[in-house]
Amino acid sequence: MSSFIGTLKVEAKGDREIVMTREFSAGKDLVFDCFTKPELIKRWLYGPDGWSLDVCEVDLKVGGKYRYVWKYLKDGSTMGAGGSYKEISGPDKLVHTESFDEAWYPGEAILTTTFVEKSGITFVTINILYETKEGRDIVIKSPMEGGASQSYNRLETLLGTLTETSQGRKKS
Amino acid sequence: MNHALSQSARLDATFAALSDPTRRAILSRLANGEVSVMDLAKPFSMSQPAISKHLKVLERAGLISGIKDAQKRLRKLEAKPLEEATEWLENYRKFWEGRFKHLDSLLEELKFSKQPSPKRKNKKGE
Repeated sequence: MSSFIGTLKVEAKGDREIVMTREFSAGKDLVFDCFTKPELIKRWLYGPDGWSLDVCEVDLKVGGKYRYVWKYLKDGSTMGAGGSYKEISGPDKLVHTESFDEAWYPGEAILTTTFVEKSGITFVTINILYETKEGRDIVIKSPMEGGASQSYNRLETLLGTLTETSQGRKKS
Repeated sequence: MNHALSQSARLDATFAALSDPTRRAILSRLANGEVSVMDLAKPFSMSQPAISKHLKVLERAGLISGIKDAQKRLRKLEAKPLEEATEWLENYRKFWEGRFKHLDSLLEELKFSKQPSPKRKNKKGE
């Protein structure tokens, strides 16, 4: 178990985008490796619990393809996804496409991941651009895990963060 | 499905309304209770008509409602549509948070294997 837990923020942006931000307690070289080397990807991208990442192939070059196949351990069913790399500026930026074998959202998504290191902490931003607004909405509405019941408190916290991030530049 | 469609349209309206920092600030303010339009305009360097425009957008999205009051026009926060929007985002967040926690642990492990004497203090977990 790690003692460091970063804060994951997820926001919908415009009509077709989802933006995730999260900080990690490691240099960007190492974090970039974890996003691009199959033997490392396999060790964290297998989740959520109950799933394993059985196939993980990466041809890390512009135009190169990658392929992931997850397996649901309970019933053995699989889910495959893949795409190709559009830009690789290691260890700062990675752009690749994504589509699922059994398309649960229409078209391809383009993922732009940036890695910014400040005093040993790497800030990762993943921008997911869907081909259509419908695609984005399907993703946002998919029941992935836990139907968290909402409370006013959490709403307030969320609004607080939304306001903070848009109004002031927080010192990190 | 009709219900899903209307839900999608509602979600659009919610996110569109939330896409503006002034409107988010107004919602934050209303999260603490009902406020009059005049009081709402105070913290912002904006005219009342400008604030009223934002309030109209929020009202159309069903995020706030007006309260009839003899003295002043009060506005209150409507939690339901916001709850829907935040719940979806929250589910998405949870899904990824699980993965990223694994990544935290993996990075710790990699750091130790690469640097024999790290300077960071770490609680020894299992």
